[in-house]
Amino acid sequence: MEQAAPDLERLLQPAPLEPLGHPDAGLEAAVGEEAEGPQDDEGPGDRTMTENNFWLKKIEISVSEAEKRTGRNAMNMQETYTAYLVETRSVEHIDGPSVLTDSLWRRYSEFELLRNYLLVYYPHIVVPPLPEKRAEFVWHKLSADNMDPDFVERRRIGLENFLLRVASHPILCRDKIFYLFLTQEGNWKEIVNETGFQLKADSRLKALNATFRVKNPDKRFTELKHYSDELQSVISHLLRVRARVADRLYGVYKVHGNYGRVFSEWSAIEKEMGDGLQSAGHHMDVYASSIDDILEDEEHYADQLKEYLFYAEALRAVCRKHELMQYDLEMAAQDLASKKQQCEELATGTVRTFSLKGMTTKLFGQETPEQREARIKVLEEQISEGEQQLKSKNLEGREFVKNAWADIERFKEQKNRDLKEALISYAVMQISMCKKGIQVWTNAKECFSKM
Amino acid sequence: MEGELPAAPRGSSGLPAGDASGDSPCALLPAEALALDGDEDDLEVFSKTSRGEFDSSEFEVRRRYQDFLWLKGKLEEAHPTLIIPPLPEKFVVKGMVERFNDDFIETRRRALNKFLNRIADHPTLTFSEDLKVFLTAQAGELSAHKKQGPGLLSKVGQTVRAVALSMRGVRSRPEEFVEMNDFIEAFSQKMSLIDKISQRIYKEEREYFDEMKEYGPIHALWSESEEDLADTLGGVASCLDRCCQATERRLCGLSEALLPVVHEYLLYSEMLMGVMKRRDHIQAELESKAEALTYRKADTDLLTEEIGKLEDKVECANTALRADWERWKQNMRNDIKSAFADTAERNIHYYEQCLATWESFLAAQTDLYAKEPSEDKP
Repeated sequence: MEQAAPDLERLLQPAPLEPLGHPDAGLEAAVGEEAEGPQDDEGPGDRTMTENNFWLKKIEISVSEAEKRTGRNAMNMQETYTAYLVETRSVEHIDGPSVLTDSLWRRYSEFELLRNYLLVYYPHIVVPPLPEKRAEFVWHKLSADNMDPDFVERRRIGLENFLLRVASHPILCRDKIFYLFLTQEGNWKEIVNETGFQLKADSRLKALNATFRVKNPDKRFTELKHYSDELQSVISHLLRVRARVADRLYGVYKVHGNYGRVFSEWSAIEKEMGDGLQSAGHHMDVYASSIDDILEDEEHYADQLKEYLFYAEALRAVCRKHELMQYDLEMAAQDLASKKQQCEELATGTVRTFSLKGMTTKLFGQETPEQREARIKVLEEQISEGEQQLKSKNLEGREFVKNAWADIERFKEQKNRDLKEALISYAVMQISMCKKGIQVWTNAKECFSKM
Repeated sequence: MEGELPAAPRGSSGLPAGDASGDSPCALLPAEALALDGDEDDLEVFSKTSRGEFDSSEFEVRRRYQDFLWLKGKLEEAHPTLIIPPLPEKFVVKGMVERFNDDFIETRRRALNKFLNRIADHPTLTFSEDLKVFLTAQAGELSAHKKQGPGLLSKVGQTVRAVALSMRGVRSRPEEFVEMNDFIEAFSQKMSLIDKISQRIYKEEREYFDEMKEYGPIHALWSESEEDLADTLGGVASCLDRCCQATERRLCGLSEALLPVVHEYLLYSEMLMGVMKRRDHIQAELESKAEALTYRKADTDLLTEEIGKLEDKVECANTALRADWERWKQNMRNDIKSAFADTAERNIHYYEQCLATWESFLAAQTDLYAKEPSEDKP
């Protein structure tokens, strides 16, 4: 079989994730703007790194090792966990040597903490997902055990991927907590918790309520929500079938290995056929063992798909935030309208709407003009406040939609690029598998013909 | 047949049953057994011949499985130390991991076809009167013919003697037959394993095929909710579908070319053990008479005469077996060799088809790549 053209091969290498400071043209511009512009939305003053040289140098982040540890947990019980070594290197000049600037150990729960924090403070961003906590979509050969070295290795890669994604995001990369995650081992958890981000998080109930009750969400977000549901559904289905296909393929290859053993035994009793049988048997063994590498490569492909499976949830989170804000806005507008109406009714003396005051008035007698004046005054204050609030909520809402949509566009491009690449790499894997198959069976055929 | 993938079962111009010697000495052309609709046990046997002793040149008769069984029995009786081809099992045998096709009837029909053709190809068996009757007699004639021959009582007597002798065993089996016996035992064991392995492979490939059927369509479904990715996803979907089809062809090949051959030789090895027993039995008969002579148990002259006949019998039996053994080994080697080589060829073909599919997908994708703006270039 002919070799693929050299540039084809180069194109087919999975593209390394861009380390920060070496982004494509579009990204660089965004980074430049952020450095001078106003603070991020919904970020308190000292969250971003506006004048830190750190981000202007090219940096590389890697999760280079995983180590099993035992320690005591919050309930003072012995537990085993895996710790990951996070290393940061900076490069002074382009193509110069990289210098290790920071190196610390983090466990999975700390990555989770970081992500949860980012979710709260950057609700308009599609926050990159973490690799799965527990192995799912496994096929029988892989264990679902968290301590299994293959799982740990794949998780290490997933965590590195997460950090690289955050670091190459024009907005997230400037976050101080993220910076501290990479540079300050001790006390980091306390600092994160001190931000009080858990309190700022929207309650699930509130979000659910908003989703059902919102009247006028931006259509694009509604569509996006449907898309993310579909994406999640189709990728899970795909991964499940892939796992089953892998299982079966494994079976086919491995059973051929049995031929190897029996041919070898059989060759002992044959004269003319002996040599042919023996060497054919050897090729059967080669065939059977070739599946291990093939399926290991496929596992990495599955991980790439999984990342986008989890990204679907991140998309939904942004949509939910929009719905929440929109609902809030609608409620505020409704509240304002009803107060205005009440005011009007009090002023003109007509009662059109039901009110508790109206009822008590009927029951206990009319109120005095002074009382009425007082109430009108309170309402007018509330109305004026409400109008202010509505204005700012409206502004917030529009800002959110604008920024969120910008990030969503960025995400879409990234997704299309990454998934296309993944699918192409899958094709490359299949090609390699076919070539190996042709090789083995050609050899086997030769042996059989010599029997 | 060289360089060609075996096609579907040949028509009635037929196929000699894998005989090593290219042209058989007899010109009884192969018989074709076809299944009719309806009664699965009702088979039509077509034969063509140019041999003189047959009344015409083409015959068409209806036979049942038990008729084949009868034929085999008669051949074994007439030629106890010849290697009679095996019959397929009457029913699906429990413990077979998977029936070859889901069509047991078709598989059995092919095996019965093979059985007849092997007999027709055999230099001695082809001249059997029983074979001739089997191929040409109408139903009534066949049952009449079956009733001829030793009566029931004498058959019972034969069986009793046979049992008595087999319990006695044979004293000294000649070296060449000891080797043969050892070979047969080992061969039988290996064949049994290979039969199991081959069936297991078929099962696994079958299940792989079943899963693959779902794999392509999911990608097609996904492409419906995508824009930029739709093209790529659609491409992957169609590649998977084509690979799925190639898998199906591979499966067919396995069930047509490999499994029947392996299974036949498994059954052959059981036959061979029977042949060895019958040879031993003949020798045992001689030995028992010789013993009787030694101990003067009966009339010496009569015994000596009988012993003489038995010595001839043993000599014939051994010679016949010796010759047939060589022939059988040669056939076995060729059959096994071509079955496995054929399977390897099909597998190569399978991978070549899949390779072509994926490579053309890749070429199409990278053409598109090259046309896109260079954001991905290093």
